[in-house]
Amino acid sequence: MSLKRSILDLRKRKDEVRLGGGDKAIEKQVAQGKLTARQRILAIVDEGSFHEYDMFVEHVGTDFNMGNKVLAGDGVVIGTGTIYGSPICIYAQDFTVEGGSLGLMHARKITKIMDHALKMRVPLIGINDSGGARIQEGVNSLAGYGEIFFRNTLSSGVIPQISVILGPCAGGAVYSPALTDFVFVVENISKMFITGPAVIKSVLGEDISMEALGGARVHAEITGNAHFFALSEKECFEQIKTLITYIPWNNTVRAKAFPPKEPKTKLKIENIVPLDARMPYDIRDIIKSITDSSEFFEIMELFAANIVIGFGRMNGETVGFVANQPMVLAGVLDCDSSDKAARFIRYCNAFNIPIITLEDMPGYLPGVDQEHAGVIRHGAKILYSYSEATVPKITVIIRKAYGGGYIAMNSRHLRADFVFAWPTAEIAVMGPEGAANIVFRKEIAEAADPEAMRQQKIQEYKDKFANPYVAASKGYIDEVIEPQETRKILLHALQISMHKDVPAPAKKHGLPPF
Amino acid sequence: MADQENKQYIIVHSAKYETTYTKKYLNRQVWEEPNFNLIKSYIPGTIIDILVKEGQVLKSGASIIVLEAMKMYNDVQMPFKGKIVKINIEKGQKIPKGFVMIEIEPVK
Repeated sequence: MSLKRSILDLRKRKDEVRLGGGDKAIEKQVAQGKLTARQRILAIVDEGSFHEYDMFVEHVGTDFNMGNKVLAGDGVVIGTGTIYGSPICIYAQDFTVEGGSLGLMHARKITKIMDHALKMRVPLIGINDSGGARIQEGVNSLAGYGEIFFRNTLSSGVIPQISVILGPCAGGAVYSPALTDFVFVVENISKMFITGPAVIKSVLGEDISMEALGGARVHAEITGNAHFFALSEKECFEQIKTLITYIPWNNTVRAKAFPPKEPKTKLKIENIVPLDARMPYDIRDIIKSITDSSEFFEIMELFAANIVIGFGRMNGETVGFVANQPMVLAGVLDCDSSDKAARFIRYCNAFNIPIITLEDMPGYLPGVDQEHAGVIRHGAKILYSYSEATVPKITVIIRKAYGGGYIAMNSRHLRADFVFAWPTAEIAVMGPEGAANIVFRKEIAEAADPEAMRQQKIQEYKDKFANPYVAASKGYIDEVIEPQETRKILLHALQISMHKDVPAPAKKHGLPPF
Repeated sequence: MADQENKQYIIVHSAKYETTYTKKYLNRQVWEEPNFNLIKSYIPGTIIDILVKEGQVLKSGASIIVLEAMKMYNDVQMPFKGKIVKINIEKGQKIPKGFVMIEIEPVK
């Protein structure tokens, strides 16, 4: 064969693989509002940067007449590319090929690119669109999943791992995304569950649709399994690309710095917060009045909205924000918000991202459901994560910092590097109303007009404790600052903390209260 | 944010905070004191056998119903020594979760 002919032959072979499951299967895929595996990758990575590997890998199934079947690339596309110039490893399951089902070689391709990502210390992006295990391959398929989960765990905290759910991801398959750092879902396209509607109906008699059981909105709002929710694949890809700009390639480096920019919001920081500690506002307005270009990339926006987490930039450098949200459930801490914040704190710590905590919360959410759901062990996760974190940790107390919540929200006592407070801050065991009822119980009960006495005592307690100065007098707060100084002071604190180095006692690993 | 007529509040330590609720908060289960005299199905299933009659007095741990659920035969037992007050099920009946199958009362 001449060189020219062999090149033409190669091109033909590659074109055949690129056809995936063929025109009919692609038509079906497109009809559901879905792109094909390769289109998805090309939409995420920089133009012309994608290189695909293992195109000619063939499946090894022989049982149930599988031996005669040709499965293009064994139903998964793997490769490397760049996003805004940052190198990444990526794989995408191809639903058009045997339903994207996972057999031995399919899994081997995925683990190959995972090993590559870990070795090269670059982020891994996995696009999931699969009917699940390839049942014809039996235990080989289960082995494949196990090898993936193991690598997810091994890579955890070393390289960023991103899962994108663009189709079904059911049964055991859900555990790879669950082990990764960020999960992206798209409305009407993503479906995640352990047991599907058909089995649930036959066993339990409960009738539920796929969307209501494990659709994108369910995971973004109810379960907390998803971190980013989008209405289309296109929007989802933009979210992924934006995320990549905020995070470092691996745990030994810092996220890429951008040119510093002043906030552009017209909101005056001192006009956002109502003086009455019982009135709500949107804490994200405060964040946006502090960050570069007033940009804030929120994570898990819909889940446990009583706490806000996400990335912003300060002087061009990525910073993680953890902030109570008075606008939702008064910004209380509860099981879900504790889980949400704790995981994010650990993410920031693992990837060298300083954490800024904005505090305004009345305490923990009261209720039997909370107590029985384990708010003790869930709440403990925040304490653990902040205490364990060695990245720069800075707190700004805006208004309420009461009780256990005060301790939990990166207090001095958990080794915060800097604790600032606005003059509106109230640091106390509880709010004046609750405290007066307890401290002056007798006086109130015995008074001629108990309600008037109660109000008087509340005021007395307010005057004495509803301020930052008692905590400041003990050195628990480093500086009481004016609201409009917040950004300037935070920039300074970040600059000072740049080379923070705190040795931790040697241990294999700690035991966070999962 | 909540509009003027539809304000939502949370009370923490006697202080009332204006805020908004989440869907999950609105759907939370309100706790009820459990009534141990009601033998409820903890899982939906089919009644395979009823091993007791009304009026019968049984020891704690005595088998009272065989309930098929999740492809398994489940042995439902007396939680304490007591009398069968009322039987609300029949053999072969399919029951949902939380169905009061048998009512009992403690016997000293």
